Amino acid sequence: MTIKLWKGNEAIAEAAVRAGADAYFGYPITPQTELLEYLSSRMPALGRVFLQAESEIGAIHMVYGAASAGKRAFTTSSSPGISLMQEGLSYIAASEVPCVLVDIMRGGPGLGNIQPSQADYFQMTRSAGHGDYHPLVLAPATVQEAVDLMSISFDLAFLYRHLVVLLADGILGQMMEPVEMPPLRTLEDQMPGWALTGAVGRPPRNITSLYLGAEQLEGLNLRLQAKLAQIAAYEQRWESYRTDDAEQLIVAFGTVGRIARSAVDQAREQGQRVGLFRPISLWPFPAQPLAQLSRHVDSILVVEMNAGQMREDVERIVGGPVHFLGRMGGMIPTPEEIVEALPMKPKAQVHRNGSNGAAPVKRIKERSYAPSA
Amino acid sequence: MIRGTVVIDRERCKGCGLCVGVCPHQLLQMESGYNARGYHPVQLADSAGQCTGCGVCAVICPDVVFSVYREGRVKR
Amino acid sequence: MPPVLERPIENQTNNGSPVLEPVYCFPDSLRDVHTHYCPGCTHGTIHRLVAEVIDELGIRERTLMVAPVGCAVFAYEYFNLDSCEAAHGRAPAMATGLKRVLPDQIVFTYQGDGDLASIGTNEIIHAAARGEKITVIFVNNAVYGMTGGQMAPTSLPGQVTSSSPAGRNPAIQGHPIHIPEMLAGMPGVAYAVRRSVHSVAEIRKTKKAIRQAFQTQLDGLGLSIVEILSSCPTNWRMDPAGALDFIRDQMVPVFPLGDFKVIG
Repeated sequence: MTIKLWKGNEAIAEAAVRAGADAYFGYPITPQTELLEYLSSRMPALGRVFLQAESEIGAIHMVYGAASAGKRAFTTSSSPGISLMQEGLSYIAASEVPCVLVDIMRGGPGLGNIQPSQADYFQMTRSAGHGDYHPLVLAPATVQEAVDLMSISFDLAFLYRHLVVLLADGILGQMMEPVEMPPLRTLEDQMPGWALTGAVGRPPRNITSLYLGAEQLEGLNLRLQAKLAQIAAYEQRWESYRTDDAEQLIVAFGTVGRIARSAVDQAREQGQRVGLFRPISLWPFPAQPLAQLSRHVDSILVVEMNAGQMREDVERIVGGPVHFLGRMGGMIPTPEEIVEALPMKPKAQVHRNGSNGAAPVKRIKERSYAPSA
Repeated sequence: MIRGTVVIDRERCKGCGLCVGVCPHQLLQMESGYNARGYHPVQLADSAGQCTGCGVCAVICPDVVFSVYREGRVKR
Repeated sequence: MPPVLERPIENQTNNGSPVLEPVYCFPDSLRDVHTHYCPGCTHGTIHRLVAEVIDELGIRERTLMVAPVGCAVFAYEYFNLDSCEAAHGRAPAMATGLKRVLPDQIVFTYQGDGDLASIGTNEIIHAAARGEKITVIFVNNAVYGMTGGQMAPTSLPGQVTSSSPAGRNPAIQGHPIHIPEMLAGMPGVAYAVRRSVHSVAEIRKTKKAIRQAFQTQLDGLGLSIVEILSSCPTNWRMDPAGALDFIRDQMVPVFPLGDFKVIG
C-alpha cells in the first residue's frame, strides 16, 4: 500500500477519477479551485470529459446533461457557488438522475470569506434546492476519509439514482495529509436502462422533472420519500470515540469532529470521562445511536463552525436543549476551547454541590433524554 | 393534369384555418361539425377533382393533419 | 408508430388507371399525439420541420433533444427521440453535457425567446463561444407564451403585452435582442441564421435552414443556430392567419430574415 502526501482538494479529485468519474464540469471558487485545476489535466489525460463552465449554473446543468446519458458526472464548488446550483440540484433529484457534488464550505453568508466554515449544513441537509428531498450528505473529517467517501459516492448515487453530496470545508480542502489512494477502477460500461443514448430499436426515453398533474407529482414525491426512507435505513454512518464510559458527550462533525477528538483526549487526561459522537452521514443523520448514547451521559456539548445548525438535529434527537460552542467567520475552535466549554468541570475542582466558587454543576434540564419517536 | 388528393386526420385538426387560405383551388373548408376536442376540423371539398396534390396545405398546417397523395406515373 | 392511413390506392398497378402515390406522410420523428399548442400556433409547424429534417437525414436513432421551459416544455412528449428537459434557460448547458459525453450523437436544443434570449443568454453565449457542436432551434414569438403573454427581450418596441400594458418603451424596457447577429461574430459559431414560418414559402426556407443547421453539426463545424419567427395567436390576441401577417408586417422589419454566418 502506498501512502503519499496529498492536498485535500487534489486528493478528492483523484479519488473521483479513481472511482470512475466520466465527466467533470466546474467553475473556479476558493477554497476548492485546486479540484478544478487538478482535473483540468488529469481527466483529459485519461480521455475523460473535463470542462470549465461559464458559471456554477452552467456547470450543474452540464452535469445534469452528462448524467442523463448514464455517465458518472460530478461537479465541485463552495457555498456561494452551491447556492447558484440549487435549482439544478432539485431537477437532478426530481428526475432521479445519479449525481455527485462536492461542497468545500467557506465563510458566509454573502460573499463571506475564503476561510473554512460548516454553515452549509442546513443548505445541504435541508434545502439543496426547492421541493421535498434531501441529498445523501457525507461529511469527512480527514483527507483520507474524504478519499474513502468520495470513492463510494458514485456507487451510492447510481444505487439510489440520487444526489450524493460530499460536504467538506476549506481546512480539509487546503490541508495536506498522508493518504492511501485506492486503485484506479475500470468500470464495465453497461448503461443503465433509463439513460439517454439514442433510441436505437426501442421506444424513446425521456428524462424530465415535469409532472403537471397533481396526482402524478404526488406519485413522484411518494416514490422519492420511499427512496429517502431506504437511504435512511441503510446509509447512516457515524463514529463513536471513547464513549463507552463517557459522562459527557461532544457531538461534532467534519473537521470540528476531528478537533473534538483531541479535546476528548485532553479532557480525559484531566480525569473527565468525555466521549465524542461524530456523524459521518449528515443526511441521513444517525439518530438511533446518538439517542442511545445520550441516555448514558449527563451532558451534551455540540461544537460547530456555524451558529448552531446540526445542534437543532441533536436537540430534536435527544429530546432537549444541549450545550453549544459555535465559532463563525472562519474562526476554528481549539481543543482547549472545547474542553473549556464542557459544562461539567473535572471532579478535583468542584464538589457535587458546587460550593467552592466554581460555577455549580448545572444538570441539563431535568427532562430525560427520551429519544424522539 | 396531375390529379391528387389529401387524407385529413380529422381528430388532429384544431380548426385554425390556415390551410383554407393557402389552397390554390380553395378546396378546403371547415366542417360545421366538431371533432372529439371540440374543434371544427377541415374537410376537403373536391367534387371536381381539382386537387393536384401540391401539398401546400400540409406545409402550412401546424398539426400534421394532412397526408398528401399525387398521381404517379402509370405503371406498366 | 404513426397511424396507417388508408391510402386510396396502393401504388401497385391499377389496371392501367393512374395510381396515387404518397407525397407527404406523418414524420417518423414525431409521435402521433395531440399537442397542447394553441390552434394556429406555429410551434407545431416547427416541430414538424425538425422531425422531417431528422427523418430525411436518417439520424432519428442518434439524435437527442433538450427541451426548454416554456410553451415547448412538452416537446419531449411530441418527438420520437431520446430527450430531456432542461431548467429554464439552461438547455445549451445541458446539451453541452450530453454532447461532451456522447460526441457521436446529434444533440439539439429547442428553445423559446424567454428561455434563450432572457434567462438563458449566458448559457447560449458561452455554448457559442466554446463552439459546442450542437444545434439550437430558437423559436421567437416575442412573448412569454406559457405564462400568459408577458413581454420578452424580443418584444417589439411598442408591443403591448401583459407586462408591458402601455407598449414596450425602449427608453424603459430596452430594445429587442438580436441573438444570431450577436453570435455570428464568434469563431465557434458555424451557422447562424434567422427564418420565419409566416407563409408556405418561408416555411420551406426554414426547413432548408434547419437541415443545414443539423448538417453543420454532422460535419462538426461548430455551433449552429436557427432563429425562427413564430406566432402566438392566443397571447397576441389575433386569429392564426392574422398572427402570421403580424410576423410578416411587424416582426420581420425588426428581426430581418437572412444568414448572419454560414461556414461550410
